[in-house]
Amino acid sequence: MNTTEIIEEESKIKKKPSSMVSGSVALMDAFLMEGVDIIFGYPGGAIMPIYDALYDYQEQLRHILVRHEQGAIHAGQGYARTSGKTGVVFATSGPGATNLVTGLADAMIDSTPLVCITGQVFAHLLGTDAFQETDVINITTPVTKWNYQITDATEIPSVLAKAFYIAKSGRPGPVLIDITKNAQLQKFPYEGYTKCTHIRSYRPRPIVRKKFIQEAADLINSAKKPFVIFGQGVILGRAENEFRKFIEKGGLPAAWTILGMSAIPTDHPLAVGMLGMHGNYGPNLLTNECDVLIAVGMRFDDRVTGRLDKYAKQAKIIHLDIDPSEIDKNVKTSVAVWGDCKETLPLLTELIEQKTHPEWKQRFNDCQAQEEDICIRPELNPPSDAELTMGEVVHLLNGITKGNSIIVTDVGQHQMVACRYAKFTQSKSNITSGGLGTMGFALPAAIGASYGDPNRSVVAIIGDGGFQMTIQELGTIMQSEVNVKIIILNNRFLGMVRQWQELFHEKRYSFVDITSPDFVQLAQAYGIRGNRIDQRDLLKKALTEMMNHQGPYLLEVLVGKENNVFPMVPQGCSVAEIRLK
Amino acid sequence: MSKQEFTVTVYTENQIGLLNRIAIIFSRRKINIESMNTSPSEVDGIHRFTIVINETEDVVRKLCRQIEKQVEVLKAYYNTNDEIVWQELALYKVPTDIIAEKVKVERLLRQYGARAVAIRKDYTVFEATGQRDETDKLVSVLEPYGLIEFVRSARVAIIKASHGFHEKLKEFEQSEPGEELIENEFLNKQDEVFTM
Repeated sequence: MNTTEIIEEESKIKKKPSSMVSGSVALMDAFLMEGVDIIFGYPGGAIMPIYDALYDYQEQLRHILVRHEQGAIHAGQGYARTSGKTGVVFATSGPGATNLVTGLADAMIDSTPLVCITGQVFAHLLGTDAFQETDVINITTPVTKWNYQITDATEIPSVLAKAFYIAKSGRPGPVLIDITKNAQLQKFPYEGYTKCTHIRSYRPRPIVRKKFIQEAADLINSAKKPFVIFGQGVILGRAENEFRKFIEKGGLPAAWTILGMSAIPTDHPLAVGMLGMHGNYGPNLLTNECDVLIAVGMRFDDRVTGRLDKYAKQAKIIHLDIDPSEIDKNVKTSVAVWGDCKETLPLLTELIEQKTHPEWKQRFNDCQAQEEDICIRPELNPPSDAELTMGEVVHLLNGITKGNSIIVTDVGQHQMVACRYAKFTQSKSNITSGGLGTMGFALPAAIGASYGDPNRSVVAIIGDGGFQMTIQELGTIMQSEVNVKIIILNNRFLGMVRQWQELFHEKRYSFVDITSPDFVQLAQAYGIRGNRIDQRDLLKKALTEMMNHQGPYLLEVLVGKENNVFPMVPQGCSVAEIRLK
Repeated sequence: MSKQEFTVTVYTENQIGLLNRIAIIFSRRKINIESMNTSPSEVDGIHRFTIVINETEDVVRKLCRQIEKQVEVLKAYYNTNDEIVWQELALYKVPTDIIAEKVKVERLLRQYGARAVAIRKDYTVFEATGQRDETDKLVSVLEPYGLIEFVRSARVAIIKASHGFHEKLKEFEQSEPGEELIENEFLNKQDEVFTM
């Protein structure tokens, strides 16, 4: 029997009495069957039949009306990242769909599961440059894990089932389904929704080969200076506990990438800090001293590796990843363990010896002490006459949140400072745009994050530049009464670019001097309480007031204009050339 | 590692838009596709892409992994020219009167194994199959005799070591594949790192 025969045979068995429903109603049913409870979206002409169907499903499917489609997709990302579920986004055809592109690219590079539904013009108008027609499938092909255009309503159940399966399985990613208006309206005999569990051309769950687990374990057991670097794979694979057991048994110092952060508590005894351009001193420096480098669910981004031909050349490299295309992509591995780290880590833990590496760990502590003296102390406890620093804001915030809040950051200096100094006790707490570096991400992502985990407080830390990129989402916060706390770290500059111009372009400050509106008044216009602080002695009280406030709150903190983020691995340098000042 | 000619063979589902998904994996790295052919394969419903590029093996391996990552791609293989049997088809349009007059042209065509596929009063179209250098040579040979038009198809190639795709597809159709199932052939075989 070939596949089509099998499918036909199965469908005969499952056939239920069918009823005539529209494509849009079938779509709503698909969402309910997939456990969707919230949609971030914006209506428009070509998606109106879907919104019409949604009108009858408001009880089960909450819809958050955003102010711009980019806001919808970043909110979907924030939701997916804090809930561990798939984010669902609606947008109309043409400009609605093209406004999703940045978010799709962001979700693609940061492996965030999303199902985006875009309306499309009637099928008979495709290719005619109809009103609000855009070739969305071709525009989004490079930035989606999978995309598909539905022109016939009968396809909706099976395509949606595929969409949710693909978005969430294996290495997650965004899926876009473009549905022509005729398919949304078309009635067809609906036979119920069957979840997808298998696509023959798609193997999301690799078979783990024991041989390579053994080889990896042998390497780890023979190591004198083992070093674990981990990424979001640990969080996406829900393998936080497995990962902890692994490093604890082997006594393995572990550093996170920006997206791996919060997978283990930041104060875990084996946690040695953050990798990367503005990561911690020890993890960067000692990457080039360890003898076995164990990479778990991370992809050796250039911001992590610095100059590749001088990256960990002395070390044997073990790479655990679910995506075979990541293995050997940037860094050549000695042992590749292809698989879901939820499966591979316990197998590896079983085979490694119980060890501690006190002398090696001490090296990290020594580096940390150096970094404390030169970078951290002046940032977190600056002299009383100095301007406010971003670091002391984050530091004081830690004292209030006790590491239990979700921190959402934008992109730039404040992001690096927040990720360097924020404390976390729980997984899925650090939400940021890592791979794409999307300014404007934080405000809408914070909205989504708060729906993704409503029991925890959400603090968005944003720069004065990035905040103005998606500032309109204050409207969403107002209308949907979203409980997010917004801290604007305002240095009156596009700080990261300014820092580079200072260090590498002879202080030629080319178009980084940005003026801002009165953010507090603006918040007030949206009915959001706000406050502005430029004095150290008022900061703690202001932060406490913000966190205690019921509902959204905006706190603007005026920080030093020309403060820099250090340490730094300058571009084109090896990680060992990290500069402390 | 120096660049050389590689033939990439991709087995896929027959899906609109997949050509684009595969093509952009090359174009995003600014790699020129020398030739690309899509055709049915030995398995009903499975399509086969044959793509020729000039690259280093390291890059080709990465490309193949990124191609195979696409949801609708079943397998991607890469091979050097020694590992495949390959052919291209070329058509040549030549003025009929010259061929009629010059005995040498007829001899040349015979020598290159060209066949006449259309004969008109004013022109004749010949077809030759072979490898790039052979069909190219016939162009240079025919040029002095007033070659009017020339076109060559994309490469089609058979992998010498392949046992076809029927058996593999059966494995793909199972939701839980067996342990013994196929290593990724495009990887170094000694590694045997990957199973599908």
